[in-house]
Amino acid sequence: MRRFVIGQAKNLIDQTRRPRPHHNNIRLLSLLASDPIPVSSSRLFSDMPGSDSSSSLPVTIDSINPNVLKCEYAVRGEIVNIAQKLQDDLKINKDAYPFDEIIYCNIGNPQSLSQQPITFFREVLALCSHTALLDRDETHALFSADSIARAWKILDQIPGKATGAYSHSQGIKGLRDAIAAGIEARDGFPADPNDIFMTDGASPGVHMMMQLLISSEKDGILCPIPQYPLYSASIALHGGSLVPYYLDEASGWGLEISELKKQLEDAKSKGITVRALAVINPGNPTGQVLSEENQRDIVDFCKKEGLVLLADEVYQENVYVPDKKFHSFKKVARSMGYGEKDISLVSFQSISKGYYGECGKRGGYMEVTGFTSDVREQIYKVASVNLCSNISGQILASLVMSPPKPGDESYESYIAEKEGILSSMARRAKTLEEALNKLEGITCNRAEGAMYLFPCINLPQKAIAAAEAAKTAPDTFYCKRLLNATGIVLVPGSGFRQVPGTWHFRCTILPQEDKIPAIVNRLTEFHKSFMDEFRD
Amino acid sequence: MALEYDLLNENVKKCQYAVRGELYLRASELQKEGKKIIFTNVGNPHALGQKPLTFPRQVVALCQAPFLLDDPNVGMLFPADAIARAKHYLSLTSGGLGAYSDSRGLPGVRKEVAEFIQRHMFVVTVCFPHSDPELIFLTDGASKGVMQILNCVIRGEGDGILVPVPQYPLYSATISLLGGSLVPYYLDESENWGLDVNNLRQSVAQARSQGISVRAMVIINPGNPTGQCLSEANLKEILKFCYNEKLVLLGDEVYQQNIYQDERPFISSKKVLMDMGSPFSKGVQLVSFHTVSKGYWGECGQRGGYFEMTNIPPRVVEEIYKVASIALSPNVSAQIFMGLMVSPPKPGDISYDQFARESKGILESLRRRAKIMTDGFNSCKNVVCNFTEGAMYSFPQIRLPPGALQAAKQAGKVPDVFYCLKLLEATGISTVPGSGFGQKEGVFHLRTTILPAEEEMPEIMDSFKKFNDEFMAQYDNGFGYSRM
Repeated sequence: MRRFVIGQAKNLIDQTRRPRPHHNNIRLLSLLASDPIPVSSSRLFSDMPGSDSSSSLPVTIDSINPNVLKCEYAVRGEIVNIAQKLQDDLKINKDAYPFDEIIYCNIGNPQSLSQQPITFFREVLALCSHTALLDRDETHALFSADSIARAWKILDQIPGKATGAYSHSQGIKGLRDAIAAGIEARDGFPADPNDIFMTDGASPGVHMMMQLLISSEKDGILCPIPQYPLYSASIALHGGSLVPYYLDEASGWGLEISELKKQLEDAKSKGITVRALAVINPGNPTGQVLSEENQRDIVDFCKKEGLVLLADEVYQENVYVPDKKFHSFKKVARSMGYGEKDISLVSFQSISKGYYGECGKRGGYMEVTGFTSDVREQIYKVASVNLCSNISGQILASLVMSPPKPGDESYESYIAEKEGILSSMARRAKTLEEALNKLEGITCNRAEGAMYLFPCINLPQKAIAAAEAAKTAPDTFYCKRLLNATGIVLVPGSGFRQVPGTWHFRCTILPQEDKIPAIVNRLTEFHKSFMDEFRD
Repeated sequence: MALEYDLLNENVKKCQYAVRGELYLRASELQKEGKKIIFTNVGNPHALGQKPLTFPRQVVALCQAPFLLDDPNVGMLFPADAIARAKHYLSLTSGGLGAYSDSRGLPGVRKEVAEFIQRHMFVVTVCFPHSDPELIFLTDGASKGVMQILNCVIRGEGDGILVPVPQYPLYSATISLLGGSLVPYYLDESENWGLDVNNLRQSVAQARSQGISVRAMVIINPGNPTGQCLSEANLKEILKFCYNEKLVLLGDEVYQQNIYQDERPFISSKKVLMDMGSPFSKGVQLVSFHTVSKGYWGECGQRGGYFEMTNIPPRVVEEIYKVASIALSPNVSAQIFMGLMVSPPKPGDISYDQFARESKGILESLRRRAKIMTDGFNSCKNVVCNFTEGAMYSFPQIRLPPGALQAAKQAGKVPDVFYCLKLLEATGISTVPGSGFGQKEGVFHLRTTILPAEEEMPEIMDSFKKFNDEFMAQYDNGFGYSRM
């Protein structure tokens, strides 16, 4: 029965994807008519007359916070804006394009590409959304017994069973208990629910830490290059300095301590005080899973240099290769004998990724260890200004960290759904990696984890020259051409930063498995014709 | 230790948010020790027994678990209109509740918000003012929206933001965090917390003489903690003032459903602005905020809100969009709550009667409780309380005798904090001291909500009166009082 309704629900969601037309797009459509389109940076509206000419108004482009102007976020930047306009235009001008749909491979948003949510999780959420259901006999016919039991358990942990009330600013205590227990079960080391701060996704937690750590541009944060641009954007917004450390593409995006040391010294010589080291493991966009030995070196480095370790572990459930395993930095630190007094560590987790992919729910937490109580009070205070994170997301985070166990009624279907999703991701990662490696001038490291492929593209000089003439970065030039020819949306490597003079793009592994062959074909065809045009 | 307290961002250390500060923390401690606490520190209706409205919860439950929609038994648990509405909202998403939406929020929901705003404005002028969904951004609660806009406006400590005193401390805390300057303008307690434009002029002049560039003005209408509802004339004055002084107006209108008198119904700043016509309607920049947390909905835990921008240049809108995109998207469930709030069941819908009955019940009870509390406070010794015209709070003035001021000083506490702590320990009533909101020098208040259950109100007010009158007797030595 449930398999049937899951299939039906899938159809419903497939049918319902109808993008809405945007206002003000008539001028933009006429701009898009000619090809290629040199749109400078992200200023789509800059050609509109009189748009900012009213200097008598207090808030204009010239008078807003310069940190806002400085920050960039390519994952939903220029290329995506173009794609959305194309998608709208496709509705009315089907025949004008060599493709019939836009395929968004720019963003780790699994459920927008038909990945199904985990049934058990959604059962619990539905029951907690409308608690009156729990008083009805008919509910037993529609919901599994263990989802009903779990809903009761959760509601008992919420004062007054009021899921619509602001909770404790760190999140509902009972849910934090479940998360702490989940962390302990995962790592084999205890976790304290008072160290947990639940947030609307992991991103607000990152912002909070940047706000705490950065007082001026003299404060630096070591970030991997390539990196997920939340870090660069957040550092820019808070007026700090990004201190880059380069991952080594030749060794599968390895993280060298010698590189960390070099960059730290370099920053110091420029008068920058480095306050923290951000590590994304598994990596984004690079997908590498760090070895335990590497992690130990990193922990030692942070301890020695007095840096806060910011461990972005949102892809901890996405590991696709048998020779690698996820180990949390907390586990590594504790197994080295380092405790609260030895290392300041903030570990971020999210419900958006993994096999659950619940991006739109906005749930996550940071586990904050190794800070004095006066610092923790400040973290609490900042969290309290926003009162609390959304309750539904909190519930989901606790479910992710304490899912059904063997023997539970829903365990079989839960495991089947989970493994189905993860094995499919592993297959898609492999298929796309192989396909990309076949393309002329493209080399692609394997995706050991996360949700992306980040191939290196060796662009011919002619292409680079054409990009320069179009006042666009070469990888952006390539991605725009690709979009216009195939409808596939990628993110240029410049959005993540890369070794200067190298070019990449990020592609998710998330399109539905049955669409992958068509994507590979279109990509291959496009690439061949691009190289034919620009080959030196 | 890598992160020493001394090395923290000063702006973080400076910021204060009393709503969940010292009193709340003390109350939580006492609760852990087994004491019965009545939390009246924050506008959190469901925590004090207000029930969620049935219809939205039914719709969202179906959206959480779309497989229910295909189960033949679903009609036994859910009315047909809730089922239809769930399908409608799911159709607006790009993959259900679990997919990131557009960073500004689902276009379909923003369209419903725009229609809601237009219905309120219902203006017919030559300019055909309307509400553009492209200028409406949904956010994880109105607070996030306020922070985003202030982040845009504040460049440094040279930038000042006019904020009412008393104010909801989100504003002072955010201005602190962003390194800006708070420029206070005092509301007049003797005029039921009225806003006098002369006070505004004075505040701006003073700030400018200190080299501060005043960039924006915040109004909270209905007010928090003060509850006053601005008249149309008042709003016109404010808008003219913003036009002349080149200030962007931030209209915090989250309590627009909570109106407890009939003389001054809610009128949005946008409506007044559009009615004023040229040059104001095109010359005043305005950002208006709303939420699902207040009103008769009280869905605080969902974290749903929006802001609407008026006369903000397209390139600035683009930058705000860019910053919103870093957070990817607001949570989708709350977006659906917002859609339901702005387009609730209509007469003729299956769920209409229940919805209307539940809504009316809540609002009428709030109105009664507003009066019970005001009257209750006014019956206490040395307590004077303006009537709560709107919002969710009562903000009585406590005239502390010199003996109490002395005792507070000895205890190392600000006088109203001292009073509120004593109140908490004696009665379990957890309030927020007026100093958390700002007040005139030497004048003390506390903020409580009008949210405790109606049947518990008489007992709560009795308990308060007993404590207060004993406190006053204890510290009253006959010499002068703190007062306006």
